[in-house]
Amino acid sequence: MADVVFEHVTKVFPGGAVAVADLSLEVGDGEFLILVGPSGCGKTTALRMVAGLERISAGQIRIGGRVVNDLPPKERDVAMVFQSYALYPHMSVERNLAFGLRQRKTAKTEIERRVADVSDMLGLAELLQRRPGQLSGGQRQRVAMGRALVREPEAFLLDEPLSNLDAKLRVQMRAELKRLHARLGITTIYVTHDQVEAMTLGDRIAVLSDGALQQLGPPQEVYERPANVFVAGFVGSPPMNLLRAVAAGGSITMGELVLPALGVPGGEVVLGLRPESFVPAAEGLPGFTFQVEVVEPLGDEIVVHGWVAGEAWQTPGLDGEVLLADREEGGRAQITVRFAPSDRPAVGQRVRLGAPPGSAYLFDAATGRALG
Amino acid sequence: MSATAELVRVDPVTLPGETGMVERPRRRWLPFSPWHFVLLPLAVVMLAPLVWMLVASLETLDQTRHFPPILWPGTLRFGNYPNAFRAAHMGRLFWNTFVVTSTVVLSNLVLCSLAGYAFARIRFLGRTAVYYLLLATLMVPLQVVLIPTFLIVKSLGLIDHLGALIVPNLANVFGIFMLTQFFRTLPVELEEAARIDGASRLSILLKIVLPLSAPALATLAVIQFMWTWNDFLWPLVTIINNEGAQTVQLGLAAFQGAHQTDTSLLMAANVMSLLPMLVLFLLAQRYFVRGIATQGLKG
Repeated sequence: MADVVFEHVTKVFPGGAVAVADLSLEVGDGEFLILVGPSGCGKTTALRMVAGLERISAGQIRIGGRVVNDLPPKERDVAMVFQSYALYPHMSVERNLAFGLRQRKTAKTEIERRVADVSDMLGLAELLQRRPGQLSGGQRQRVAMGRALVREPEAFLLDEPLSNLDAKLRVQMRAELKRLHARLGITTIYVTHDQVEAMTLGDRIAVLSDGALQQLGPPQEVYERPANVFVAGFVGSPPMNLLRAVAAGGSITMGELVLPALGVPGGEVVLGLRPESFVPAAEGLPGFTFQVEVVEPLGDEIVVHGWVAGEAWQTPGLDGEVLLADREEGGRAQITVRFAPSDRPAVGQRVRLGAPPGSAYLFDAATGRALG
Repeated sequence: MSATAELVRVDPVTLPGETGMVERPRRRWLPFSPWHFVLLPLAVVMLAPLVWMLVASLETLDQTRHFPPILWPGTLRFGNYPNAFRAAHMGRLFWNTFVVTSTVVLSNLVLCSLAGYAFARIRFLGRTAVYYLLLATLMVPLQVVLIPTFLIVKSLGLIDHLGALIVPNLANVFGIFMLTQFFRTLPVELEEAARIDGASRLSILLKIVLPLSAPALATLAVIQFMWTWNDFLWPLVTIINNEGAQTVQLGLAAFQGAHQTDTSLLMAANVMSLLPMLVLFLLAQRYFVRGIATQGLKG
């Protein structure tokens, strides 16, 4: 086992596309680190650089204190699980598991022992003689995990390993991954674009956008104290509502909504409100009117999309295909609000909502950085 | 069934199994597709010479010269076969052709795989330029390079030896092209996984890429076998004075003059020369159909 260190790592593809820009990051020995971000943010490229599948344009990657920039993949002693699993289709499960050990000329008895251990651990013992084509998606995923585990590598690299599983299996495998990590304690870098995987699995998460590190920290901290407007809009599901607001004289104004904000310099700001932070406002108390448009009951909660007076904020690189025009029209902005099942509103209804002091996030409109 | 017919509950056990897309019901005035009217005569045209050859190989010389052709000779003269075998020294011809063909097929599988893998996966200076240059040579007809190739083979001292038939054909551009294109269709993650697992380029080729390319390799082997086995012009040019180095196709040609063209024996020899090709096609057919390369991916 070993730590993995990125130091000012940059990756430029031929043609000038910058995939990773000056990434500095330290993954501690035995840590479970999540690289998360929207597609095209450079997270997979960063992982592939650790594996040795991509050359590093500038900077340094160290595994266990050893600079690996110029080491081919096989000398790095890392194991990787691919999104497509990349099982060798012409080999049995057993030979798939043993392939890496055989390439390294491990003793035959040792190979047998480790293959037996791993297949017991992952419940593959019955499947050893089957070919990948004869396995279900979940079984293939286990074999892919097993092939990585059997090597007992210094670091474990996972590239969206659960994204090809159906929802139920994904939940199950997620728990299993966490259990495995707790038991084996192998340094793990896990790439995902899935909110829930990022929040639940990682000791720390690293949020990337456009190849640059936006924030690094424990999931709860990143959720509670997003460093900038990008992280605020990315972490959390449904995402935080981001609105244009004006700060003046110790308060923030967004449409009807006025919130106290001390120590914020005057001018344009971005106001962030999580869907779960709204509370019903009694008549006469400060609040704003929310017009219900779409109601999505989820059983334990109800997600409601609707309109408030104000202007939506567009974050470059985050909203992607969602056009600002979809979230804004004629002085109204679309927001998302979570309701308790008992408070289910009707479509078209106008609801008075309030935001408790302290639930609002403020960001500098020019730099995107968190204020206060 | 018309839309107004009364629908009643049926026991599913009584229904026939069904597959396939819904198509507009067609009134069929034939128990088979009308295309058969085109295909059947074409098949007859294709098969006629073969059948005639087979029949002639079992007739007497006089019967083969009869016009109109006699399609049923009455007694079948199987003795034509051993006679033709001895007269044409078929044993030696077969052996020579076998040596040449198997060497050429094997070396093509090895060399075209190596070159094809390099063009498909390894980045090197001038890769694209060299690849297109090679492809361009596919457009040069054999007649154009016949004399230069002959001169090279002559300067190597290979004229009148089997080597003259082997050396210029050790690798061919078509094979390189075919395997390059096939290797490019294999998922690159498989090779990346093997790299991380500690495999070298060569062992990736041997243990991952080639086993997955069995259909392409089989196809290349079959095509190369056919070309080499049936080649006539090149052996004719390079095997001049050495009967001991003749191939089947040369032997068949020599048959005509040397034995006053005994048509029945010639046809018997022809049938024998076709047998290996026939057997090969029957054995290798399944390789054209089967493709296993994508089974290990998400499904």
